[in-house]
Amino acid sequence: MNIIISNSSQEPIYEQIYKQIKNSIIMGEIKTGELLPSIRNLARELQISVITSKRAYEELERDGFIETVPGRGSYVSEQSAEMLKEKRMRMVEEKLFEIVSDSKMLGISLAELHQMLDLIFGEE
Amino acid sequence: MANILEVNNLSKKFKGFNLNNISFSVPYGYIMGFIGPNGAGKTTTIKLIMNLLNKDGGEIRVFGRDHQEFEKEIKQKIGFVYEECYYYEDLSVTEMKRIIAPFYRDWDEPVFQRYQKRFGLPAGKKIKELSRGMKTKFSLAVALSHHADLIILDEPTSGLDPVFRDELLEILRELMQDETKGVLFSTHITPDLDKIADYICFIEKGNIVFSDVKDEILNKYNIIKGSRDLLTEENRRLFISIRESEFGFQALCGDTAPIKSQLGDRVIVEKAGLDDIMLYTIRGKQDHA
Repeated sequence: MNIIISNSSQEPIYEQIYKQIKNSIIMGEIKTGELLPSIRNLARELQISVITSKRAYEELERDGFIETVPGRGSYVSEQSAEMLKEKRMRMVEEKLFEIVSDSKMLGISLAELHQMLDLIFGEE
Repeated sequence: MANILEVNNLSKKFKGFNLNNISFSVPYGYIMGFIGPNGAGKTTTIKLIMNLLNKDGGEIRVFGRDHQEFEKEIKQKIGFVYEECYYYEDLSVTEMKRIIAPFYRDWDEPVFQRYQKRFGLPAGKKIKELSRGMKTKFSLAVALSHHADLIILDEPTSGLDPVFRDELLEILRELMQDETKGVLFSTHITPDLDKIADYICFIEKGNIVFSDVKDEILNKYNIIKGSRDLLTEENRRLFISIRESEFGFQALCGDTAPIKSQLGDRVIVEKAGLDDIMLYTIRGKQDHA
């Protein structure tokens, strides 16, 4: 798993970490039951404060991506196939939102967008 | 959350300088950056914690215990690095170490040897022949060689090159793998803390300006840049202080929302570093004074 932090981004560092770990879980790069680095170890490796890495883990825990067992560490939670599929759908949906709002701004019609999508989907 | 260090309403009066009822605390497992310009009261506070100065009022608790009543036991578990050198200048590194080591119940000679090697400390050289950076490295080696739980650093990086400053930060990161340790790191070189500190306590003229989680502070403050004709009498009040030049303005603000709603895309919003926050805040106070 890679975690790349940008210091110039307006996005808080904990959020950057949260998103990248979340994506790794959704994309299946890290699997259910896999042990994540400890909060303190992550802080050291990424050269950030312990509070920052703690916050990222807390958010991941809140959203059900990881579980923390005191004294043992944090694991990737069991993600049911349905839930995983839903999360993947949502990830794509978020991107579609951006595309749709861009299209509207640029005056591209739904039909044109459909055409583009069919073409690109067919090519892949 | 238990605190490894607690300072409550600490005060000390000198001729021409007062430390005014300052309070802050460092929880176990975390690093607090202690920032402020020269003469703000950082070293005074640290000397009061170490009981090298007598406080006039307030309370200091280290490991949950009164710092005067339990001074001896507490100091066994504090590793400190002072800005100035407190060693016998005419002794060699090894001779000085032989004097210091017996004071500590838990002196760990192999650990000291490891740091001596890592820092490239010349064992036979006299203390007075060491460069400023070497003296700091020697202090640091001593501070880390008796299993201290609280590390207090007073301007440790001011005489050091960037390479060793980076190494010091790495050492602190190694130390913080253990959640029973704590660090109070006083410095005016704030970029060192941008990365590593969990909490920041900002002191100026003997008063605490703020003491909070670093991430909260860095999220709150922003630097706003734009052309000068955007500034009005009213929106000027939204900034902590403003620096104007012929070509535009730069300002620090503590809450970006009202500025964004007023000036929107016409200004550039950038993250503020601790040094920006320190500089602009002090200038703001001077302007309003």
